[in-house]
Amino acid sequence: MNIKDDFPILKNRNIAYLDSGATSQKPQAVIDAISEFYKKCNANPHRGAYALSQEATEVYENTRTKIAEFINAKHREEIIFSKNATESLNLIAYSYGLENIEKDDEIVISIMEHHSNLVPWQKVAKTKQAKLNYMYINENFELSDEEIESKITDKTKIVGITHVSNVLGTINNIEKIIKYAHKKGALVIVDASQSIPHMKIDVQALDADFLVFSGHKMLAPLGIGVLYGKKELLDNMTPFLMGGDMIEYVYEQDTTFASLPNKFEAGTQNVEGVIGLGAAIDYIESLGYDKIEQIEREIVHYAIEELRKLNFLDLYLTKNNENHSAVISFNIKGVHPHDVASILDAEGVCVRSGNHCAQPLMRFLGIDSTCRASFYIYNTKEDVDRLVEALNKAYNMFKKYIKI
Amino acid sequence: MDNLDEVYNELIMEHSMNSYNKKHLDKADYSEMGHNPNCGDEITLEVKLDGDKIKDMAFSGHGCAISQASTSIMIDTLKGKDIKEAKEIIKTFIGMIKREIKDEEELKKLEDAIAFRNVSNMPARVKCALLAWHTIEDILDKRENEGTASIDCCHK
Repeated sequence: MNIKDDFPILKNRNIAYLDSGATSQKPQAVIDAISEFYKKCNANPHRGAYALSQEATEVYENTRTKIAEFINAKHREEIIFSKNATESLNLIAYSYGLENIEKDDEIVISIMEHHSNLVPWQKVAKTKQAKLNYMYINENFELSDEEIESKITDKTKIVGITHVSNVLGTINNIEKIIKYAHKKGALVIVDASQSIPHMKIDVQALDADFLVFSGHKMLAPLGIGVLYGKKELLDNMTPFLMGGDMIEYVYEQDTTFASLPNKFEAGTQNVEGVIGLGAAIDYIESLGYDKIEQIEREIVHYAIEELRKLNFLDLYLTKNNENHSAVISFNIKGVHPHDVASILDAEGVCVRSGNHCAQPLMRFLGIDSTCRASFYIYNTKEDVDRLVEALNKAYNMFKKYIKI
Repeated sequence: MDNLDEVYNELIMEHSMNSYNKKHLDKADYSEMGHNPNCGDEITLEVKLDGDKIKDMAFSGHGCAISQASTSIMIDTLKGKDIKEAKEIIKTFIGMIKREIKDEEELKKLEDAIAFRNVSNMPARVKCALLAWHTIEDILDKRENEGTASIDCCHK
């Protein structure tokens, strides 16, 4: 079985694509599902009484059920479609945070949060005169139990935590964080954007209050995201966006709102995105998370081994392989990551360079930016070899000029 | 980008890693920060004027090789020029990077800064090459506005 063959772009372009942490490539099955939808089922769901619109409604709503089963949500209406994880997090910040946080309450997040799970909480904290506190990482790029227990206090009302860091690849112990936060009476919002492409998520087993992710990092198209929230929480929240399809009765001066999930899905939705996400889930399930983890473990371990041999590199990752996912950040000592990325690009190796929407983490680490190679199921050892070869080339170009 | 050496050439590498222009001026007339928030490049440009002449310039900050070298080589090119001349050169440099100016004769006035012509083949890096040039543009605009402001003042 050659997984790469399922991804047309990897056949069309001779590249080592190592930026799946930014967005994954799409398998033929996902591309086909979207095109089939437009060829056979396209109409506006929930709007028409005619058969075609009914059919569009059906595929749209069936995908909601599929996602609920995929993450083991108790109720299908706990799945809300959004544009991406960022929008899901903003929805929580506006519709839950601003409504429930009070003066002197504490919001706790980790220093490794993506700006999307950080900036909205600054807004809530500032507006409500609450405190925004940070859990910091130790020398092993992990959150220690002591750090978790010292930062989450009786005053903490919300804990926002990324399941997997998009910079460090650290897998956070969210089971522990959720249990401890609940003991202290706080709700937990899990950003699963970097974890759900790689590992099984069970929201009931985790007991997560909210969990968000983007479709495009897990083989689905761009522009579709998911918000999971416990029904009793979502039921009591005010809508985020107002408009069509999220209402019950509209009068000149007042409106009553639809029940879940429509309450949070104003306006015509990204139906092709939803269909594509459904097809992506089918693809992931047909492969199975066991297989996915096996492929990734092999490739990521190989990459770590090979990169550790390059003594001109700084690597930013935990020594505990079992706490590390599919993202590796690195720098050539004394060379700016943008220059490295440009040289890698010339060799057909696609990596991300920059601050990865995590400026506070960069500042904490005392660096401006990193290069980041992120891996997924279609990557091979040859991709890693190309990366290593290109890094050697970059180092050799800069070697005689480097001042450390 | 087929030939990387055309961008990462000797001159650019040397200026980016070991620039003699990376220092502070004793008494700068202007000090302006330029940054590219997306990539974290940050430079502070210091300028000393003598009437209409750019007497001295220096920079500090951090960023990629292209942004650092471009700043340093810009300083070499603009130092000693009068403001009108400097503005011409800035316009030409920006035009070259945006591929709007290709005429060899016209590009000659860029002196060493012509070394950046192939950055136009790397669209992702264009903003790195332009950072310092936009910053000096801001400084010269600021000076011009101050000039008109003081004239207004005299007419009151």
